[in-house]
Amino acid sequence: MIHLLFLVYIAATVFPLLLVFMVSITEEKSLLIHGYSILPHQIDFSAYRFLFQDSHTILRAYGVTILVTAAGTISSLLMTALFAYPLSRRDFPFRTGMTFYVFFTMLFNGGLVPWYLVYTKYLSIDNTLLALIIPNLLMSGFNILIMRTFFMNTIPPSIIESASIDGAGELRIFWQIILRLSLPVLSTIGLFSTLAYWNDWYNSLIFISDAQNFSIQYLLNKTLLDIQVLLSQAGNSGQSQLLANAPTETIRMAMAIIGIGPIILAYPFFQKYIVQGLTVGAVKG
Amino acid sequence: MRTVPSAAKRGSLWKAIVKYRVLIIMTIPGLLYFLINNYLPMFGVIIAFKDLSYTKGILGSEWVGFKNFEFLFKTENAFIITRNTVLYNAVFIVINVVMAVTVAILLNAIRRKLVSRFYQSIILLPYLLSAVIIGYLVFSFLSVEFGFVNKLILEPLGIDAISWYSEPKYWPYILVIVNAWKSIGYFSIVYLAAIVGIDSEYYEAAVLDGASKWQQVRSITVPLIMPVIMTLTLLQVGRIFNADFGLFFQVPMNSGALMSTTDVIDTYVYRALLQMGDIGMASAAGLYQSVLGFLLVFGVNAIVRKVNNEHALF
Repeated sequence: MIHLLFLVYIAATVFPLLLVFMVSITEEKSLLIHGYSILPHQIDFSAYRFLFQDSHTILRAYGVTILVTAAGTISSLLMTALFAYPLSRRDFPFRTGMTFYVFFTMLFNGGLVPWYLVYTKYLSIDNTLLALIIPNLLMSGFNILIMRTFFMNTIPPSIIESASIDGAGELRIFWQIILRLSLPVLSTIGLFSTLAYWNDWYNSLIFISDAQNFSIQYLLNKTLLDIQVLLSQAGNSGQSQLLANAPTETIRMAMAIIGIGPIILAYPFFQKYIVQGLTVGAVKG
Repeated sequence: MRTVPSAAKRGSLWKAIVKYRVLIIMTIPGLLYFLINNYLPMFGVIIAFKDLSYTKGILGSEWVGFKNFEFLFKTENAFIITRNTVLYNAVFIVINVVMAVTVAILLNAIRRKLVSRFYQSIILLPYLLSAVIIGYLVFSFLSVEFGFVNKLILEPLGIDAISWYSEPKYWPYILVIVNAWKSIGYFSIVYLAAIVGIDSEYYEAAVLDGASKWQQVRSITVPLIMPVIMTLTLLQVGRIFNADFGLFFQVPMNSGALMSTTDVIDTYVYRALLQMGDIGMASAAGLYQSVLGFLLVFGVNAIVRKVNNEHALF
């Protein structure tokens, strides 16, 4: 009985993904007649063939996303750990004030308008890759508090003391002891950060208008609203003939599969850490 | 006399700074980041009381008092977006709690751990997808010309195709379903973690006393995970004025015809700022949201602290 319920639930979860995949491998003309069907009347991979022939736009967007995800995750982890460690030290005299400084950002925010103006008018990072890395995604108060709690609960102060007596400086203690002992929390937060950067389209929507810096998610967003985005970019490379009879409906869905693909493929490997991370988040900090 | 202690204090502060200088330097990137990303925008809320001109800058622009707010509340938009935001979130919160706790209890009842883990990994999947992708998935169902619903369900039944993206009346249901699809898996994993943490002796004792499965759930499982349910629900209640921008922006594809049932404060602020260029209106709506949200978090926390101090968030 329970299993029957779960089979229904799982079917409901997987069905939309399967539908998009099936549409992406349907022959365009049969799709125009039969609609988005879960069982293609005629299988055809020309949408993918088309996307790979005109791969320039997509490869570029992938490149942007991969670069931003890698640079963002590494700097995010480093900055979060650097900040969380002093907050975890019971002897650090400024920890209460600084913890409140972090915590307050979780309670109140100034809203979109001033935030937007800070980054566009004062820092002028709009239309650069920095706009995809820094605003909102780089550090979160929540992650800092989680990491601080982990440091406090798992690293005995006596280790730090004895290292300090042995003449190790603060930086060396942080680098060689704290980070080594904290791989579980580092990998969990790193994973969530990777997902956040990979899935981000909001910063692109707000800050990016130059197609050179579109991330893959934002390119997908643009394609859903208007398939011409893909076509117009390829136009200058002399492929317009090919584009005139491009299978636009199936291309759209093939794009979605290209966007989901890496996550689904990597999911079995990182699924364990995600569950761990959610459980950490549920425990009161 | 008075200067002596303060001088000593200053001296000890200086000593602390010198002693902990490395730790202090470690915090500088973080302090700067929150200053730029969070605290400067907080002071920037004064824009809502100004007639912003880019040439004069934020500080140089003229004060206009509550004019921007007057304009905002004169339109019926203020009411619509507040109603939509609060009602959708309220429904989401109730559905999430009820469904996710049920799913978590059912998952816990599965004996074979491998099967349970398989179910868990599938139902968590939607949580990992971006709102853009979810927009695509919904589009594959609702596309007017080729969508699964119109073409493979309604057409065979002889019902006329519905133009989903221009009929506001269906959207409350669509958005509630999409939100459930996306978040129930996530919440049930969190609740399951709480259930797994319950000491098995409680259940053993209950079985000895002849308690049925249902009685065990009602008198052991639910009461014992209540603190987690309360914490998660309160966190969501505190954010009831903040809508999930991705859900309300990507899924209805920013369609103007649907605004009466899909526009929420966050999408309104976005459109006012970046599509209509009405900074006054956008910042007024944004500040209105921030202040309501802030008061609510404190209000909820104060009430909870009175009722049961252990469940308070801070």
